[in-house]
This record gives sequence, C-alpha cells and structure tokens, in this order.
Amino acid sequence: MTVSIRSAFLRGCLASAPFVIVVGPFALLFGVVATEAGLDVLQVMLFSVSVFAGASQFAALQLMQENAPALVILATSLAVNLRMVMYSVAMAPHLGGASLGTRALMAYFLVDQSFAACQVEFDRKPALTLPEKVAFFFGSVVPIAPLWFAASLAGALIGRSIPPEFALDFAVPITFLAICAPMLRSIPHVISAAVSIVAALLFSWLPYGTGLLVAACLAMAAGALSEVMMERRGPHAG
Amino acid sequence: MPVDPLLYWIVVPALGVGTYVIRFSFLGILGNRPLPSALRRALRYTAVAILPGLVAPAVLWPPATGGEVDPPRLAAALVTMLVGIVTRSVIGAILAGGATLYTLLWL
Repeated sequence: MTVSIRSAFLRGCLASAPFVIVVGPFALLFGVVATEAGLDVLQVMLFSVSVFAGASQFAALQLMQENAPALVILATSLAVNLRMVMYSVAMAPHLGGASLGTRALMAYFLVDQSFAACQVEFDRKPALTLPEKVAFFFGSVVPIAPLWFAASLAGALIGRSIPPEFALDFAVPITFLAICAPMLRSIPHVISAAVSIVAALLFSWLPYGTGLLVAACLAMAAGALSEVMMERRGPHAG
Repeated sequence: MPVDPLLYWIVVPALGVGTYVIRFSFLGILGNRPLPSALRRALRYTAVAILPGLVAPAVLWPPATGGEVDPPRLAAALVTMLVGIVTRSVIGAILAGGATLYTLLWL
C-alpha cells in the first residue's frame, strides 16, 4: 500500500469519526426497541446487517408492529431510503471507475455518514486519484459499520431488561425528531415537514398505515413545489 | 403489538434487497447519467416528508398512555425539535428532549 493511499484511508477514518456519537446510540436503541417488539437476537442482527439504514429500520419496525400490509411497509421504508439514490448519483463520477466487485461492495457501505464524509473530501480535493478516493471511502466506513452492528447486538442483548419506567417508547420519536430538525435548512424543507405532520395526523384514521404514505406524497410535493415557487420569485425578491 | 414472524420474513429480506438496489443504482450500473431535475428536487424531500409524519401520531397520542395526550411527551418532542433546529446538533437535541421527558415524568 503506497503512502498516499494509506493516508487517504486514514483521513477517511478521521472524517467520519465524529458520526460515532450518533451511530452508536441509534443502533443501540434499534436493538432495544426491536427486541421489545418481539424479535430475537438473530432477527435483530439480520435486520441491521441486511438493511443497514437506521431510519428505514425504525419505520419498518413500527409499521410491522401495527401489522400493516407488507407492501405498505416496504413502500414506506424504501421511500425513507430513496435519498440514497442521490448519494449513488453523487458518488458515481468519483468512484464509478472502480471494478464491479469494488463498486458492489461500496454500494453496501454507502450510508449517510460515508456519503457525507466523501462528499466533502472529493469536493475539496478534486485531484485525488481513483485508488485514493476508494481508500478514503473505505476509511470512512471503518468507524461506522462495525459500530452499527456491535451496538445493534448490544441493544438486542440488554433489550428486555429495561423497565417501562424509562419511557423508552418515546426514545424513537425523540431520536427521529432530532435527526430531522437539522435537515430543516430551508423554507421548503420546513413546509414539507409541516405538511408531513399535519397530513399524518389528519389521515391517521386510514387503514394499514396508508395514511403515512398519503402524507409523505403530499409533503414531498409541497416541498418540491414551494422550492420551484421560491426559485421563480427569487430573482425579483433580490 | 409483537411483530408477526411471517411479516418479518417477508419485509426484512425485501427491504434489504431494495435498499441495496437503491445504493447500487447509479454507482453500480447507471453511471454518470444525469438525474432529471424534477426527480432530483423531489428526492431532496424524501426524509423530511416521511420521518416527522411517522412519529407525529405517537407524539400526540402515545400508545404508552393509551392514546391520551401526554404533556411530558408532547413537551419533550417540542423541545427536541426546537433545540435541533437552533443548534443543528442531533445529540444536543436528543439530550434536551430526554432531559425534558424525564424531568416532567418525575415531577
């Protein structure tokens, strides 16, 4: 391994290290909540390893507990993960030159944190070679993936021993709101989130969790439309 | 309500494969094709459009209190949101929300 590749790998590790504070507790919480939902340790681990996308795992878990139909659960949870299409698009020009096997492996590890770390690095250093970029990518995975699996396992193992007084039922809503809040960085994002909340409450009587799907479609349309309207008004507003 | 095992074995493998296909799409096969701008615009809002709606009913009508509006839980949710928006810190928001919930439940 050459020096430049080793240093790119290490820079990747360092760049995603701060995400550890969020990833660890989030995975731990998933293990606990999934165990309380009646999954055994093997099922929890299979869930975390095969899906490897926290927000959609919580969404699927909640809808499975409500006994929604499989198709509705899949549509909702996959929609949560659709943002990763953007990650895949953004990484293709940088990492698309790697071999098919490497790309297949990188796709598995393309999560919020590795994307965020790579996006910043590749923007800042356009002169990086392909092997350096690949090394940086895998470096950025090192602090995240093993922790995700280990903390899921830890959560699954301690899950049933947490008494109800700890009000863990509310840890999921709090975590989700905390993840969402920093995403509200523009007025269209705020409008989208507000429509999502109001519509989800209004349509919560719809059967099989379909109310959330309706709310999500309305909220996405509201966000996109208000963005278009603000762009049109933009030049005049100065 | 506990998760039905059959439902688990249908949903989790399909969600795993579907999520992988999403990640692999452009990096793996589609390459440097540009995304239509309307689609790109809609994708920006997927997470914000779903996650708040997913938790809204549980915030207003928590199952833990039998669906009755619960002031500590409602206050905790509002504090989480507010601290998250102001500080942009996920951990800060979680800690503030958790502290609010436990303080009010304990009072």
